[in-house]
Amino acid sequence: MPVQYYIFLSIALFCIGIMGVLMRRNAIIIFMCIELMLNAVNLLLVAFSKMWVDAGRIDAASAQLFVFFVMVVAAAEVSVGLAIIVMMYRNTHSVDINILSRLKN
Amino acid sequence: MIHLVWLVPFLPLLGFLINGLGRRYLSKPLTGIVGSGSVVAAFVISLLIFFEVRTPGFTPQVVTLFDFISVGSLHIPFAFQVDQLSALFLLIITGVGSLIHIYSTSYMHDEPNEGFARYFAYLNLFVFSMLILVLGANYVMMFIGWEGVGLCSYLLIGFWFKNIEYNKAANKAFIMNRIGDFGFLLGIFLLIQQFGSVTFSEVLPQVASLGENSGVLFAIAMLLFIGAMGKSAQIPLYTWLPDAMAGPTPVSALIHAATMVTAGIYMVARSNVMYSLAPHIQTIVTLVGLVTALLAASIALKQNDIKKVLAYSTVSQLGYMFIALGVGAYTAAVFHVMTHAFFKALLFLGSGSVIHAMGGEQDIRKMGGLKKWMPITHFTFLIGCLAIAGIPGLSGFFSKDEILAHAFGYSPVIYGLALIGALMTAFYMFRLYYITFTGKFRGTHEQEHHLHESPAAITFPLIVLAILSVIGGYVGMPAVFGVPNLLAEYLSPIFAPSAPFLHEHHLSHSLEWGLMGLSTGLVIVMILWARSKFANYTDNGQPTTGFAKVLENKWYVDELYDAIIVKPLMSLSKFFQDVVERSGIDALVNGVGAAVKWGGGRARLLQNGQVGFYIFAMVIGMIVLFVISLFL
Repeated sequence: MPVQYYIFLSIALFCIGIMGVLMRRNAIIIFMCIELMLNAVNLLLVAFSKMWVDAGRIDAASAQLFVFFVMVVAAAEVSVGLAIIVMMYRNTHSVDINILSRLKN
Repeated sequence: MIHLVWLVPFLPLLGFLINGLGRRYLSKPLTGIVGSGSVVAAFVISLLIFFEVRTPGFTPQVVTLFDFISVGSLHIPFAFQVDQLSALFLLIITGVGSLIHIYSTSYMHDEPNEGFARYFAYLNLFVFSMLILVLGANYVMMFIGWEGVGLCSYLLIGFWFKNIEYNKAANKAFIMNRIGDFGFLLGIFLLIQQFGSVTFSEVLPQVASLGENSGVLFAIAMLLFIGAMGKSAQIPLYTWLPDAMAGPTPVSALIHAATMVTAGIYMVARSNVMYSLAPHIQTIVTLVGLVTALLAASIALKQNDIKKVLAYSTVSQLGYMFIALGVGAYTAAVFHVMTHAFFKALLFLGSGSVIHAMGGEQDIRKMGGLKKWMPITHFTFLIGCLAIAGIPGLSGFFSKDEILAHAFGYSPVIYGLALIGALMTAFYMFRLYYITFTGKFRGTHEQEHHLHESPAAITFPLIVLAILSVIGGYVGMPAVFGVPNLLAEYLSPIFAPSAPFLHEHHLSHSLEWGLMGLSTGLVIVMILWARSKFANYTDNGQPTTGFAKVLENKWYVDELYDAIIVKPLMSLSKFFQDVVERSGIDALVNGVGAAVKWGGGRARLLQNGQVGFYIFAMVIGMIVLFVISLFL
């Protein structure tokens, strides 16, 4: 499979993720979109890794290892973020980010 | 002893520090002793130095204290030059100064302790500055003293600072002095540029090498003379001196009669080779002196305040000294400085005694017949008047006639005009004497009861100065009398460098006797005329009219200066305040603040609390960073 397919898919996923982050009101949906962005990057990393290894550079296999790092960071970040959302829900009984403008003024 | 010359200015400085810093704690007797004692001690040392300097074959000695300014090849040490001229001035300053300090202990007795100490501190500081001026071995040292005496003049004229008019007079004196000082400073700069040094012993011998028609030399001499015009109250910078009478009378005696105003004369005498060599400067100096002498004498004819008459008399006599300097008679000028210090200080101190007895009254129209109540003051004042008028036998006669004789040798026209000034001098002085001391008393009854002779601390200096006014002239007898001119011999090493460039006019002996007789005769006529007019003076209360009114209003010079200089400067200042300050600088500074406020207001909108917006801003920031990293 030509590597461009993977690149286009990755870009599409990433843009959808960004759009979601910017436009959605529900905090949990925003988190899901952040995860989407991270996974798009993971996909890109793996695709390029295979491309270079096939081209002869075997040290590019370390990119696949980097994917694990990204996944670990995503997991940590989700745990913290969900904890914040839970606290937020307990205080305001909503996960709508427009309600949370208490930093205003 | 000469190596201890630094003690002479240092002792008054010490007096200044003690009285100035301790003014809240010292008692009046202690203050008086510290203040007067420092100057008396300085006088004793000056006397010892003078005897050393008088020995024949004495060469000028320089005592260097420390290196003041050392920049590149320019070296200005803090050094004192002890030679015949400075030793003489030392005696005059410390001698007359001591007497005035002693006088002040009684005159200023009514002041509170703190004011009394402040007065003596300022007076000591003044003596210190004046001594630095005459002892300095270079023009910069002289300028330090020059500025110092200007400052002390300001402090002492405005001594009673709660009176706004006195403050204005003090301001006027200081500002006019500063105008002159500006010229002096420019002269020093030119000197440095031309000769690379300001030390007398280095610059003055080099002056001759500039030749007869040097424009630079004229510029230097003229600029230094502008300084002298300010300090010694010549036209056009003379109007501060009559206003300076706002200060206490001993201050007027010391500063504005005997010492500070003679600083200009000292400077020209010190730079005599410059003034003999530079083209046209002699004419300028003579004419300025002549016009000043005549103008001031004319104003004095119609003044009714006892101190104002003496003030204009001082301006006039200073004009005579400058006439002497202008025609090349340097010894005569210094001689007149000395005798003038004696009789003018005497006259001022005498007037102070009168003012004291009259309870503060200074208008002579309210006095009269005072000789009955104040015999010592009357007699010494009379001697002062005789001396200044130029009656033979008294000091003023010898010094003034020497000036007139040299003026005749320069130009008979100048002699004629100067003689007219001398006759006016005799007339207004004896007008003052007769109105004040003879006739009927015209004051109020309370004033009459208060009249008394002043205490010893006041009359003692009067007596000493009267004796000096009589015998002080015999050191400078003209050759026609057959006795050696001690003063001329003493000062000859100072003025010898000028001799090759001056055109000596020798008058025949018979001509000299004739001139002396003429002036004496006319002076006696003037005195008798004054007696006939004023001996039984009654104030008829009518306002003066015509030309007399012009004289009484000082030729409206103050009003002229006010219109030409003061008002334009004030309106310029007002313009700067209203337009430039408000619309310009304030707008700029406030505008910066307003701009920051506006920017802050705009930036605040970023913080709207909406999380969605924050994420959006984060994304924008990331994109920007990526783009930048692409280009770097």
